[in-house]
Amino acid sequence: MLTDIWVYLAASPLLWLTVTLAVYLAGRWLFQYSGGRAIFNPVALAIIFLVLILLLTGTPYPTYFKGAQFIHFLLGPATVALAIPLYLYWERVRRLFLPIVVGLLTGSLTGMLSAIGFAWLLGGSPQTLLSLAPKSVTTPVAMGIAEKIGGLPSLTAVIVILTGVVGAVAAPALLNRLQIRDDAVKGMAIGVAAHGIGTARALQISSLAGAFAGLAMGLNALLTALLAPLLVRLLHLTP
Amino acid sequence: MIAALATLLIFQLIGEIAVQLSGLPVPGPVVGMLLLFLALRWCETLPDALRTTAETLLSHLSLLFIPAGVGIIQYGARLTNEWLALVAAMVLGTLTTVAVTALIMQGVIHLQRRSNGINK
Repeated sequence: MLTDIWVYLAASPLLWLTVTLAVYLAGRWLFQYSGGRAIFNPVALAIIFLVLILLLTGTPYPTYFKGAQFIHFLLGPATVALAIPLYLYWERVRRLFLPIVVGLLTGSLTGMLSAIGFAWLLGGSPQTLLSLAPKSVTTPVAMGIAEKIGGLPSLTAVIVILTGVVGAVAAPALLNRLQIRDDAVKGMAIGVAAHGIGTARALQISSLAGAFAGLAMGLNALLTALLAPLLVRLLHLTP
Repeated sequence: MIAALATLLIFQLIGEIAVQLSGLPVPGPVVGMLLLFLALRWCETLPDALRTTAETLLSHLSLLFIPAGVGIIQYGARLTNEWLALVAAMVLGTLTTVAVTALIMQGVIHLQRRSNGINK
């Protein structure tokens, strides 16, 4: 009887959609209960819980994704929604035009070169290096870039998410240590390095930081898409 | 709220169509974001419903990355073989990017302020 119900539910989108939302809420609760400690990042907790649940129940990822895709889909409209903080803080953005352009160029190049460099030093395979190159760019774009330069798009998706988690967990403390006090600069650095997950974290610092992170994420997606193929050719990387 | 959601989806759709037609190496939603921003600048108003819906969606932005992140489950073998290279690239690479970007941008802002001071 119980197995029958499980067999029915495990294959339906309803179960995995509900589980994803429940685990996210639990992760958020843990984060708040811990007093907002960075190490209790809700995304990281939720991913760990869900991986454990899938492994314990022997559920294949495609079955899980059939339910979770409804959440995944909202990434599109959420990206469009970043126009709203950008509109609200446009005066600030306009005044900082030159620092934004310079910061963006530096961030995009450092993002790709540091990822490729560290992995190369530690013996990463060429395909891993190519999958790592667009790691600081928002998921859908990063996957497109990886495909174009010869990486593995689905590996890139995972790397991108983990990069975002690292940025969200560690960037605020690092920026404080570097004595960066301007929320616009904080947002820009987090958005360039850690895309949407970083932007979600920046929105918690202030809505100004969030606006700059969203702007940095959008512009970095454009710039890295243009620069990555050139950089890969320059470094003679082939899969 | 539904009208606001429809607005976001319509701009995403226009963005996707624009990318398909132009062949730009940019994702549709990013183009949609730029177009919605231009539309808001042009109208010079932000409807309350759109603002509330956007802010609700963005306050749960991190939820939306979970389904893709769980995909890590498919890469057990590569993660065990190359974990050091991957972890170094993700942790050191990301921290380097945050630090370099913040310091350079802060530096340019200082230079700009100083030259503005001299001009005055």
